[in-house]
Formats: sequence, C-alpha cells, structure tokens
Amino acid sequence: MRRIAKLAANPVMIALVASLALAGCASKKTPNSAADLGLGAGAATPGSAQDFTVNVGDRIFFDTDSSSIRADAQQTLARQAQWLNKYSQYRIVVEGHADERGTREYNLALGARRAAATRDYLISQGVAGNRLKTISYGKERPVAVCDDISCWSQNRRAVTTLSGAGS
Amino acid sequence: MKKFLTTLMMIGALASGMSALVTLPAHALVEIDVNKGTIEPLPIAITDFEGAGLGAEISGIVSADLKRSGLFAPIDNAAFIEKISNPDAAPRFDDWKVINAQALVTGRVSQEADGRIRAEYRLWDTFAGQQLAGEQFFANSANKRRIGHIIADAIYERLTGEKGYFDTRVVFIDESGAKNARKKRLAIMDQDGANVRYLSNGGAIVLTPRFSPSRQEITYMSYEGGQPQVYLLQLETGQRELVGKFPGMTFAPRFSPDGQKVIMSLMRDDGNSNIFAMDLRSRNTTRLTDSTAIDTSPSYSPDGSQIVFTSDRGGGSGRSQIYVMGADGSNPHRISFGDGVYSTPVWSPRGDLIAFTKQSGGQFQIGVMKTDGSGERILSTGFQQEGPTWAPNGRVLMFFRDQAGGPKLVTIDLTGRNEQSIPTANYASDPAWSPLLE
Repeated sequence: MRRIAKLAANPVMIALVASLALAGCASKKTPNSAADLGLGAGAATPGSAQDFTVNVGDRIFFDTDSSSIRADAQQTLARQAQWLNKYSQYRIVVEGHADERGTREYNLALGARRAAATRDYLISQGVAGNRLKTISYGKERPVAVCDDISCWSQNRRAVTTLSGAGS
Repeated sequence: MKKFLTTLMMIGALASGMSALVTLPAHALVEIDVNKGTIEPLPIAITDFEGAGLGAEISGIVSADLKRSGLFAPIDNAAFIEKISNPDAAPRFDDWKVINAQALVTGRVSQEADGRIRAEYRLWDTFAGQQLAGEQFFANSANKRRIGHIIADAIYERLTGEKGYFDTRVVFIDESGAKNARKKRLAIMDQDGANVRYLSNGGAIVLTPRFSPSRQEITYMSYEGGQPQVYLLQLETGQRELVGKFPGMTFAPRFSPDGQKVIMSLMRDDGNSNIFAMDLRSRNTTRLTDSTAIDTSPSYSPDGSQIVFTSDRGGGSGRSQIYVMGADGSNPHRISFGDGVYSTPVWSPRGDLIAFTKQSGGQFQIGVMKTDGSGERILSTGFQQEGPTWAPNGRVLMFFRDQAGGPKLVTIDLTGRNEQSIPTANYASDPAWSPLLE
C-alpha cells in the first residue's frame, strides 16, 4: 500500500515505468529508436537539432568570472565540432551567458568573451568560422533561478545553437 | 550661501509662466546644512492647500517629496492649532512655534476660466515670523503632480541652498514574468513612481536606458532584430534610431554632458570590449580604449574632460576595477584599490564623487569615492544590488536591489541613512535619473 501510494504521488515515475514496459515488448519486433518510446536520450534523428542537443551536448560551463574553456568543456566542444563538421548545413550562433553575481554591463561583456572563446575553440577544431556567430545575453537569460552556487554554475555557460541551413 | 527665489522661471511643459507673489530678502533663521554627516530632519508644517480636492492633493505631493528626502519631518496635521483660513495672510506664528514647526507652508489651488490650474504657496519662517518665499504657478491639469514637485523643489532649495530634484523623471526597465523568461520593457515615470509610461512592448530585451542631459531623449540597448545594439529614442516623438553601424554588440551607452555624444562599449571580434564615443551630429566615432580586456560602463565627468569606466585590464584576482582617463582616452589609471570587485562607476553631476557597485564578501554594495579613488564610503549593502544613478543635485542615488524574486528601485542619500523604496507595479531595474525638468 505504501509503495503504491508513493508511486501515485510521482506521475513521472509511473510514466517511465510504463514506457520501459512498452520498450520491452517492442524490442521483440523491431529495434525501434528510443524516440518511439518517448524516452528522450538517444532518441533524436541523427543530424537533427535534437540529436545535437541531446547526444552531443549543446552547452559548456565556466568558472566564476572566467572565459577559459575547462577540460570537461573541451571534450564537449570536440564532440560539437565533430558533429558540426559532419552536418555542415547548419549555421551556428554561440550564446554567451553569465551568472547574476556581476553587474549587468560587465556581464554583457563577460558573456561576449565566453561566446568568443567557445567560437574560437570550435574553429580550432575545424568548424568554418563563417558559419559561426556569437551573441551575449549577459545575465539576462538564466536557466536556473535559485539564489545559490548550484544555479549560478549552470548559468555561467555558452550554448551552441543551430540556426537552419543558409539562414 | 542661500539663493532667493526672485527670478520668474518659465516651466516649458507647464505651458505658462509664473510670477512671484512676494519674496522678501530676509535672512532666514531656518536652514538645513546638507553637508553635515548627521542631519536632523527639519520639522515643517505643510497645511492642506485651499481648494476643493486638488489643494490637498498637491500639498500632499509636496509633503511626501520633502519627507522622502530625509531632510524634512512634516508634522502630522492633527497637531495643527491654527486652521489656515486665508493662505495669503500671515499665520499666528506662536501657534506654529508651540508645535515646533520651524517652517510652515500654506497655499491655494484654483481653476482658471481657461481650465488651467493655478497654484500658489507661501513658505514661512515661524521663529523669525516672516515669509521666506511665495510663488504662483499655472499648469494644465495633466501636469498637476508636477506643480507639487516644483513647489517641493522651491522649498527644498530655499531651506537648504541646494537645488531640489523632485520635478524629475526616471527611465528604467520594467520587468515581469518568471526569472528565466523575464519580459523587459523600457519605461519612464516621475521620480516618486507616479505616471508610469511604457516605451517598448517587451518583444525584445531592452537594457540600460540613460537620459540625455539636454534633450527629451534617451539612449539604451535593445536586442531587437537579434543583434544587441545601442539606440536613441526621442521621448516626445517616439522616433528611434540606431547609434552607429558596428560589426559587433554595442552596449553600456551614456551621453556626454553636452548631450552631443554617446559613449559606449563595442565588442571586438576577440570577445573583448572597448570604449568608443560617437558624435551625434557628425556621426564620427572615436576609439578611446584599445585593450585586450573588458572596458565598459563609461561615464563622463560633468565638465566633459574625463571618463570613468570599468575594466579588468589589471587581471588577477581583483577582476574588474574602476579607471579614469582623459576624454580623449589619454592616461588611463586605476582609482579603486579596496578589497573587492568594482563596476558601474557614475560621475556625480556635482563633479566631486564617483558612485559605484562593489562586490565584496559575497555582498553587493553601493558606495561613493572621490574622483581620485580616496575617501571610499559604502552607503548600502545587500545580497544583490547594483547600478547607481545620481539625482541631478548629486545628493541622492537610486539603484536596484533584488528582493523577493526580482529587482526593485531604492534611493539612498549621501549620508547612507535615508533609504527609501520607489513603488513600482512590477519589478524594476536600471534606473536613470533625468535632469531637472524645464
């Protein structure tokens, strides 16, 4: 009883269990993609924007007040570059963002610097410079909204966004 | 040195002149020394102005302005002994002295045949037993609040010897919606939060509006069209234009003291930012810094000869600091050496101080320093606050502070003791104070 009550209180959990069950059945017939199962990860059509976001990783993170590309970010950017070189139809806008622990104008500049550092790293990995643009949002577009370090570290980011071919 | 209100000023937007009723060249006993570290607010009696409805509304605006300045302590009307029946006649000074009203304001508001409002006030020194000032104003009814602010400015100036700042406006960013999807709109209001008017629809992020010192014009940054750039907006016509054609983001704009230039940051291709000035007539641009650092938030000295700005060119753990250079970019030198990160320097309209935001010990502070960096004083400390702007008399700063989920506007005077909230319907940030209206 307890267990059921707990599950009922968590609809996400229930949905996930249902999906897995479905996957179990489906796999007997054909090797469906994960997208059919509603699972998300690994589900996207190769070469799609979703594929880039989910399977490659569209963002990297920075240390406080820094625009240095960290080791973990270098790995992400290497994967991004590989993907972008394979799917060369996309144009790319790199967004630079800052956390809220700085003043507005300085953070616009800091976001610009992060976007440029990210762009330069992608170029160093073979992505054509004329496909890349940058934009800074400073601290104006946070993704995480709490007032502590756990959120600030998610907001200090550069996001590689795809803008369709030839746009 | 005190000034007397002997001149007749034309208040342009009020569409009519005003004339002094009586102005005696008396030596006032009542005065406020705003240069003292601690200021005891002056007890002042502000009677309801004669005139149905409007009279009390306008004297109420006068009272609220003077109270919020922190320099005056309006006395509760319930304590008044004399009921003013004729605001033109000398009051019974003893009745006001006994409730310790050192100054007394009487007045009258009436409607002219042509529909305009006529407002008169008299300022009395109760202990000297004499009138200090008396003036009348005419305005159309849309400007009724301005009449109150103008009278408050006149009283403030008569009793402090300093220009007031009540007949002013503030341009700011109105913020609404969730923190990760905040809608930002350009907005303008009176300095006390009244008469809010929106200048953009919220479709694009807008930031950092600043007033022209000489025209009804603002400069600000907008993301419209996907490219963040600096714009000019004429407040009376609504006409907008891009400031210059630059390859990268332009931001952090501010006018020169003569209103003829906009100084701002331009992002270079390497991601660093330099400071440029654009002459608004010739459209010529001049590069003022050329560093592989972030140079931003430039602000001219009031005589236009120097520029204070934020830079992280010093590197190291100090991160951004405050620098001063000549208006031609010469001799940049660091002036902030305290323990922390400094940004958003703004030169006082009096020329004597630079206001700034300082991050130190996990807090954000609003402070002032002399123009050589000495004499730093912190006026306000909070978890997240920034962006000071000066009242035109250089006595009060307004800034924004994050509290309860979003930013709100706050003023603090140079003593650091008189903090006031500015009421706004939504969240509000990036205030910029106008000059005194004309």
